[in-house]
Amino acid sequence: MCGIVGLFLKNPDYQADLGRYITSMLGEMSERGPDSSGIALYRQPSPEGYIKITLQTADPAFDWQTLSAEIATAMGDVLEPRQVSSHCVIAVAAKPGDIRTWLSENYPDIRIVSFGLAIEIFKDVGLPDDVTARFGIAALEGTHALGHTRMATESAVTTEHSHPFSTGEDLCLVHNGSLSNHNQLRRWLRHRGMEFQTDNDTEVAANYLAHRLGTGASLREALEASLVDLDGFFTFAIGTRDGFAVVRDAISCKPAVMAETDDWVAMASEYRSIAQLPGAKTATIWEPQPEVIYTWGSA
Amino acid sequence: MSAVDLAEISVRELNQRLHDLAPGANETEWTISNPRGRHAIAVGLDAPANLHIDGHVGYYCGGMNKQASIQIDGNAGQGLAENIMSGTVHCTGNASQSAGASGHGGLVVVEGDASSRCGISMKGVDIVVGGSIGHFSAFMAQAGHLVVCGDAGDGLGDSIYEAFIYVGGNVGSLGADCIEKEMTDAHRQTLAELLAKAGIEDDITRFRRFGSARELYNFNIDNAGNY
Repeated sequence: MCGIVGLFLKNPDYQADLGRYITSMLGEMSERGPDSSGIALYRQPSPEGYIKITLQTADPAFDWQTLSAEIATAMGDVLEPRQVSSHCVIAVAAKPGDIRTWLSENYPDIRIVSFGLAIEIFKDVGLPDDVTARFGIAALEGTHALGHTRMATESAVTTEHSHPFSTGEDLCLVHNGSLSNHNQLRRWLRHRGMEFQTDNDTEVAANYLAHRLGTGASLREALEASLVDLDGFFTFAIGTRDGFAVVRDAISCKPAVMAETDDWVAMASEYRSIAQLPGAKTATIWEPQPEVIYTWGSA
Repeated sequence: MSAVDLAEISVRELNQRLHDLAPGANETEWTISNPRGRHAIAVGLDAPANLHIDGHVGYYCGGMNKQASIQIDGNAGQGLAENIMSGTVHCTGNASQSAGASGHGGLVVVEGDASSRCGISMKGVDIVVGGSIGHFSAFMAQAGHLVVCGDAGDGLGDSIYEAFIYVGGNVGSLGADCIEKEMTDAHRQTLAELLAKAGIEDDITRFRRFGSARELYNFNIDNAGNY
């Protein structure tokens, strides 16, 4: 199974409650995936010249202040790091590629969970309500968010196997389904210089999109290509800097429902997540068609 | 009149009360509020009750229904009236995939669109859809009628046995062994009766009929590519 939720707020008055809404939507999907959960939020864009990075470590005693000071010395100014459980969000006046290289050389156990101007990703093993409480998601404001709860079928249950997966600057992917040709595609992508942290099928889809986007494709072109190259079952939701996109495979056996009011656009694996939102009962509701790419914002 | 608020009691409790209806019970009129997309609402009824559900329901609503008449004012998730035996399940909105799947009898009405796999493996149920249906509908349909006022998606009636399909709009493509068939006066009468039973008005002269070419009934080496 797995459960996906997404919420894009059209009405700025609702932004203060984004975390509360996405927490409640994801909690409703608990039965679809008890293994691990994750949330991507788009909020508080970093100042000009700075890139916001979410980092994660398995070491509970890790000293983020020392790391921040070292990054500042090595690369550029670091704004006050914000530690949340096993994750830490920092803004650095440097290029993402340089930070990645420096971290892999100096702190190979620290993972970059997300990078961009606005994106923050928090994910861990556990039920949605436990994970969202661990990261204090309900208190966070923002413009849009995606969430995922996982029932693992393809690979291990760990934090790094959890969704959302970062696919590039301010981009992330959540997936319900399973891919059949991920080993072949992983080899193909490795030949093209893409690096993998896990043996997970969704990470292959995420890196596939990152590769297409990195070689000049628009998000729409990358998603159209994925419909040809990815073999398997999928409902994807893709978070972008100012919106999100949804696409399903040709067979579309993995569920998805979308809803829109004057105030918000939402997608979920099941309607009961959308029922958590104000005005859901009178929203326009529809099921996304197979192989049709739906986008909001300038995705 | 029994009014049940699903914000107050669980679906399991509601279904137990419905299953406990004794033959000849007077408690025949039910209203159910706050369904909020919950699964398995009013599944497994076997009593001549009238249910009115106010709002959107989740998976398998009205599944295995016998005798009861269930009206949903809203949309339905996957497997609406799955394996229905008799009675009526009527949805005023849209239904997700596998509506009326493997139904043996009774009537399923979807006023809006139904999704993919509508009427898959139907075994005698009548399904009337006011809007359009998705791909792989009526796959291996064995008996009963599927009426679609709008369009049908790809692979309609793949490997169909003896079910009748009537489509008012366009058909994306026909599945293996499904062909267009002649529309006789008897068929037009059946179609008119089904639409009337469903409470949906339409011009029956624009409907086309589809059914089995019966080429896949027995193994034939020339058909190997179709199996």
